[in-house]
Amino acid sequence: MSTRRIVVTSGKGGVGKTTTTANLGAALAKRGHRVVLVDADIGLRNLDLVLGLEKRIVFDIVEVAEGRCQLRQALIKDKRFDSLAILPAAQTREKEAITAEQFAAVIAGLDEFADFVLIDCPAGIETGFRNAVAGAKEALVVTTPEVSAIRDADRVIGKLLEVPMPISLIVNRLRPEMVRSGDMLAVEDVCEVLNATLVGVVPDDEEIIDTTNRGEPIVLDESNRLRTIYDKIARRLEGEDIPITSFEKPTFFKRLIGAITTG
Amino acid sequence: MIEFFKRLFGPSDSGATAKQRLQLVLMTDHLALAPEMIDAMKRELVEVISRYVEVDREKVEVDFERHDHALAMMANVPILGVARPSERAPEPPAPAVVAAQPVAAGAPPLQQRKRRKKTQRAPA
Repeated sequence: MSTRRIVVTSGKGGVGKTTTTANLGAALAKRGHRVVLVDADIGLRNLDLVLGLEKRIVFDIVEVAEGRCQLRQALIKDKRFDSLAILPAAQTREKEAITAEQFAAVIAGLDEFADFVLIDCPAGIETGFRNAVAGAKEALVVTTPEVSAIRDADRVIGKLLEVPMPISLIVNRLRPEMVRSGDMLAVEDVCEVLNATLVGVVPDDEEIIDTTNRGEPIVLDESNRLRTIYDKIARRLEGEDIPITSFEKPTFFKRLIGAITTG
Repeated sequence: MIEFFKRLFGPSDSGATAKQRLQLVLMTDHLALAPEMIDAMKRELVEVISRYVEVDREKVEVDFERHDHALAMMANVPILGVARPSERAPEPPAPAVVAAQPVAAGAPPLQQRKRRKKTQRAPA
């Protein structure tokens, strides 16, 4: 199997790209794949922190690109999953410290270490985004059901279509109770507006803050519902056809029931 | 009781509002039409229409609306009256950008709407 190089992107910041990259990476590793997660956010590195690997960093992607170390030396193995590693971003360098060609060359070099390479893209559509995309063959667009995030996701999708590359969509931080009351865009609305293929819906869960605080992927927590959700997204990426849990739009009847039971 | 009806009919149903607003803003995003271009288009449009009728220039509005899966440009051009032939611009009318509708002489001020369809996703 040739290595899948997937960029995780969103346009807008704070929608959960890094969390998605970390947890999806862990879910894929748990399923037995060799996974390398690449932090493409030069100057604002965070993937290491989310996975609790910040103390182990020796080299970073810019040093690899500049030939100051071997790619192998810069990879940091995860504490919990043998087949999971990260390639950290440089923290004290500028985005311009690496060119798109250099970035793509480093990512191509990861083929011998990984079945899946997930590239955690910085927010925005400038240099950092172009670099991250240059290394990828497909894209995973993360959005939340909010107007600003969706508009930015649309912009990013437009850019990705120009490349072009296959695009999958993850709707993150959905609040099903708000969708049911009509106060949040439903998943089908987001898909219709963005005209993209859905691979996962991740409900909003406070526990993700807790696991991130501790630097652990939520997929380790056997009792958490998100573990199953990330596992299913991993399987869909493998090509398995698993139906996506629907958080359906409110019908008049449901509203009536809701109004009676809460009123 | 009001609360009950509010909940029943959806107090705001802001999810639906969000969808409508997004669809509209994305369509204009896809056109990649800069605001200055819309302004220039508006000026020229008024210029052409003014050759035939007297237009209330200050009240001209150009807007975009969704119609099925296409975007429509709506120009609201209040007409004050019909310009007499002598008042018309001396040069023959340029190939009409907008087909002017015949208006009976002495007709009261009326509002004319022009529609133009645009394709959904223009190259950026």
